[in-house]
Amino acid sequence: MSNAVDALLVIVLLLNFFALGTSRLHAIINATALQGVLLGALAVLVHRTFSAQPILIAAGAALIKGFIIPWLLARAMRDVAIRREVEPFIGYIPSLFAGAVATALAILFARTLPLAEEHVGSLLIPASLATVLTGFIILTTRRKTITQVAGYLILENGIFIMGLTLVEAIPFLVEVGVLLDLLVGIFIMGIMIYQINLEFASLDTTELSRLKE
Amino acid sequence: MALALVLVPLAFALLVIALPSNRWRPLCVSVGGAAHLALTLVALNLPEVTGLGGWLLLDPMARLVLLLTSTLFFLCSLYARGYLAFHSELSNRVFCACMLGFIGVLTLVVEAQHLGLMWVAIETTTLVSAPMLTFNRDRRSLEAAWKYLLIGSVGIALALLGSLFLAYSALRSGLTPSLLASDMVHDAPLLSRPWLRSAFVMLFIGYGTKMGLAPMHTWKPDAYGEAPGVVGTLLAGGLTNCAFLAILRFYAICISAGDSGFARDLMIVAGLLSMAVAGVFMARQKDIKRMLAYSSVEHMGILVLGMGIGGGAVFGSMLHMLNNGLTKGVLFLSAANVQRAYASKSTDEVRGALQRVPISGALMLAGFFAITGSPPFGPFLSEFTILNSAISEGRYLIAALFLGLLAVVFIGMGATVLTVVQGTPSERASVSTFRDGFSTAAPPLILMALVLLLGVYVPQPVETLVRNAASVFEFHAAVAEAP
Repeated sequence: MSNAVDALLVIVLLLNFFALGTSRLHAIINATALQGVLLGALAVLVHRTFSAQPILIAAGAALIKGFIIPWLLARAMRDVAIRREVEPFIGYIPSLFAGAVATALAILFARTLPLAEEHVGSLLIPASLATVLTGFIILTTRRKTITQVAGYLILENGIFIMGLTLVEAIPFLVEVGVLLDLLVGIFIMGIMIYQINLEFASLDTTELSRLKE
Repeated sequence: MALALVLVPLAFALLVIALPSNRWRPLCVSVGGAAHLALTLVALNLPEVTGLGGWLLLDPMARLVLLLTSTLFFLCSLYARGYLAFHSELSNRVFCACMLGFIGVLTLVVEAQHLGLMWVAIETTTLVSAPMLTFNRDRRSLEAAWKYLLIGSVGIALALLGSLFLAYSALRSGLTPSLLASDMVHDAPLLSRPWLRSAFVMLFIGYGTKMGLAPMHTWKPDAYGEAPGVVGTLLAGGLTNCAFLAILRFYAICISAGDSGFARDLMIVAGLLSMAVAGVFMARQKDIKRMLAYSSVEHMGILVLGMGIGGGAVFGSMLHMLNNGLTKGVLFLSAANVQRAYASKSTDEVRGALQRVPISGALMLAGFFAITGSPPFGPFLSEFTILNSAISEGRYLIAALFLGLLAVVFIGMGATVLTVVQGTPSERASVSTFRDGFSTAAPPLILMALVLLLGVYVPQPVETLVRNAASVFEFHAAVAEAP
């Protein structure tokens, strides 16, 4: 079972790199969507018990992260008619490199922390931290509002992986709350992307720089 | 009862959404605010208020923050009627519903004893407050709201990671992980230290972003600068304190674990840095509301600094939370009146506010003296308590830096405020018909009276409230030192 978990986590990590290296917005949204579906599968594999509650959460996560949110973003993209990220603040090759460094650091950091017995040798915690850092890199280096949202989603995916190590600690109500907050948050961001596009006739966040000292 | 405090404003929010007329909604917000304040006063007189099977509880810290938040909200709801009447051409459905939703969710943050539920509630406050920022629908407010939403959500996401780290620290020690504050405080001595520390750092960055501590404060000048004054008040006097409360809940766990030294150092450094950054950006600040945002950064710094110093400064911090919240209300609401009277918020155009809007101009001046710690106002008392404790704890360098930074801020802020209130209004600045009216002048006036009251005489029930909140941290320290 843990082999299957690690295999899926490797795919999650590869998707991080794919997201870091692509300039096509559809591709990056699809990468986050696929990550979302994989997280649902991971949740089922990690929980191992086939009781109703974990299955419900896994299905909810896969549905929201894998389908509903990507659909919201794809719709926002269609409304504002853009396809590609403009040249980011740092290029694609440097950001891939940064992603590699971040992944290495995540693995090192996870080694310095004492792990519970069942997680020694598992990729769960390093993959979680690496995904969080990847999201952070995308969020801070890209110019389009939609790509920033994708970065935020990847960051959230990383946190979700960390949550997989703590099945007992997070009650059903809180898991549902976290997912709903994410969904509503993306929904509001979608509306704002639309409004920003109307006002600025562009989604380039360099336009969003009137307010400064 | 604890649940009613959350649900009553939310019920009013639903009512507001259903109302078809722009005219009746602001009244509904005021009634909702009054109901919330009344419930709060009843709840504060009850010995124990719980809900959701112990997930909600009015503990001493929650009592203090709830009283402040509810008072501030009620006065803001009165002010909002005047404000929204001035902007009667814009639909206020979303704005009014979000205001009521905001106070409901903020109450949930304050009462939540389950740290996961608290996280969900804090993230929800971001979501309900972002639409309020875009009330004016212009480019600048959209930009500000986007930054607020994105930076806020990412910061809060890190706090979630921190909360999970904290749960992991229990798992690693072979305990059953739980995120209920009482369980965590109880189990604290057994928690895995490296995870506990990593958790606190993540949480401090996460909730510190929401609180607006430097260097995670970057959303604040934009959001406060573009938000309507009433929203600025609710964010600076309400939301930031709730984020502070969240940090304190985790700090309490560190103290119980007997491992609070690093947390205290972190708070002292962040506190002084916030004050310094605020001092730098306040100098020659032409935008009145951005200046207030930096003032908020400064005072959030003072709050964490006081907690970091410890001892009597903890009481000072708690009292300062009250004083800062009320004074920020005076400043944001009066500054908003001045802005509307001139249709500008830049010192290039705004001069002679004492002549054009005498009450708001005078309130802004008095609020400036109060927030910079001049006697006889409340903040003087709390800042003096913090300074006094720093010296009696032997932290002379911190005391000197604290005093020096307060002086820098006084000069920087004074230059802007004095330019605004003194002199005569220029010809160019006669575009607006707005003048002081009852509903826009009375709320900041009442707030100012409260700030003055807290400076000359802290009423017994309030002092008990503050003392009980501060004693939470002494108790934990005693437990940690006992064995």
